Amino acid sequence: MNKTKQNKIIDKCFGFLGIAATLFGLIMLLVFIIDVLSDGLGRINWSFFTSFPSRKPEQAGILSAWVGSVWTMFITAMIALPLGIGAGIHLEEYARKSRLTNFIEINIANLAGVPSVIYGLLGLGLFVRYLQLDRSVLAGGFTLALLILPVIILSTREALRAVPFSMREASYAVGATKWQTVRYQVLPAAFGNILTGIILAMSRAVGETAPLITIGALTYIAFLPQSPIYFSSGFPYLHFSLKGLFDPFTVLPIQIFNWVSRPQKGFFTNAAAGIIVLLGLTLIMNTLAIILRHHHQKKIRW
Amino acid sequence: MRIRLFKEFIIEKLIFLSGIASILFVILIFVFLLKEGLSFFKEINLFKFISGKHWYPISEPEQFGILPMILGSLLVTLGAIIFAVPLSIGAAFYISEVAPGKIKDILKAGIEMLAAIPSVVLGFIGMITLVPLVKNVLHLPTGLTAFSGSIMLGLMSMPTIISISEDAINAVPKSYKEGALALGATRWQAMYRVTIYAALPGIIAASMLGIGRVIGETMAVMMITGNAAVIPHTFFQPVRTLTATIAAEMGETVYGSMHYYSLFAIGIILFIITFIINITADMVLHRKHK
Repeated sequence: MNKTKQNKIIDKCFGFLGIAATLFGLIMLLVFIIDVLSDGLGRINWSFFTSFPSRKPEQAGILSAWVGSVWTMFITAMIALPLGIGAGIHLEEYARKSRLTNFIEINIANLAGVPSVIYGLLGLGLFVRYLQLDRSVLAGGFTLALLILPVIILSTREALRAVPFSMREASYAVGATKWQTVRYQVLPAAFGNILTGIILAMSRAVGETAPLITIGALTYIAFLPQSPIYFSSGFPYLHFSLKGLFDPFTVLPIQIFNWVSRPQKGFFTNAAAGIIVLLGLTLIMNTLAIILRHHHQKKIRW
Repeated sequence: MRIRLFKEFIIEKLIFLSGIASILFVILIFVFLLKEGLSFFKEINLFKFISGKHWYPISEPEQFGILPMILGSLLVTLGAIIFAVPLSIGAAFYISEVAPGKIKDILKAGIEMLAAIPSVVLGFIGMITLVPLVKNVLHLPTGLTAFSGSIMLGLMSMPTIISISEDAINAVPKSYKEGALALGATRWQAMYRVTIYAALPGIIAASMLGIGRVIGETMAVMMITGNAAVIPHTFFQPVRTLTATIAAEMGETVYGSMHYYSLFAIGIILFIITFIINITADMVLHRKHK
């Protein structure tokens, strides 16, 4: 066999090895996931969503878990989105290049890589103990907001940076102020990418478990936080209340973890069913983000 | 006109405030972490803490030695990297150099999905599929080992390594490869003699960020590696990591006790480790850009 032929064969082999390497992880995981899903699928029905956790696996459900997840996600979004996007706009559009901004940039990039369990420690020390919020929905939401804040700042900045400078210059040239340029030219152009970043960050927060376990949310919760709007039979019939913010809570991933650590087999099936719900949720969010980005890239050509 | 200018002034100040607030927030909080953790080091010598072989935080007398956990974290990380780096580099090369357009898009989306799976899900999946498999195939007394943890965490770190390596490979000037091909190199030769060297800083940075992700991972290791706080001798025995210690024990500590502060001290150590890894990776990446 001559050298050329040999090289060609090696070339083919490499192509094959490349496919194998790429697919290995994906297929391995797919097989595992299907294995789990087939366990839990039978457990998913209406009462699974409307029941509280219970000592009996067949009666247990994820009501308090998913309601808790919705609460924490709402609080997280209310805090992390304005702060994160604002900080992103400030750093990218307003802040002058200096040693300080450089230092801040490096730090934010690094904070995005800090282990989530450390944010749990911060949440525990700062919100649960120091501000005495106890193990409430509010403390959990704040903790997760901190966790995704650097991620949102980074993705906002990246989205803004992708808007070409000529667009800003054109806007200034017709007499727009800085804010008008940002508001009417830059933000709309970057909107798709910012939204993608937000969705990805929120999907990370939905699945995050370790920081909430660290702040002590791993408890048996068989009630819901007080609803912000509720009705009563007497006057004035409709009530608003923020008391729910201070109620203890659990979230979907923690409920799953709780079930996993029980010895009975039935709880494993419940955990598998909970995972189907959680996985479904995060995958939907991510698919949405991918589609959005794809759509955005297609729409805008500069 | 005056009103509009005023409105703009307010909005710009708000943006400025949120920028400063979120940055201050983040910095203040780490000051807080240091404060909680450093009060521990007043009582216990840092060197003793790191090199101590025994972790009995609530027995009398209490012993705070985190060497078993440090070694546990290192062992799991080492295993994950040995498993994930070659596969990821292969995958990155395949995606950026070989795969045709459509397949490339699908694979990239798939890898992004892989990155999105919550770690508690991966932990559970590993627990009911991988752990029994490891136990039966290798005839071990338990499947909850560093080895199982390494495989699962390797899978978790692959998306990070693949996507950053792929960026690095894409950033290699086309002329390098074309030059090699013009000299008669095959595609494979061009890749492993030319492209990989040009992309090396990026690939190293990608691997380091992968390491950072693995060291900081909590739920999956807590569920898979068995959580025994003893000094590990092989890959095939239970270990406990730094992260799992914090998450598993924080719920039971008494506020203000030595145990409570010791977990903050572990947090500081973990923070420093990941910070060094991230900064180094960042520097490697930036040197490449210059």
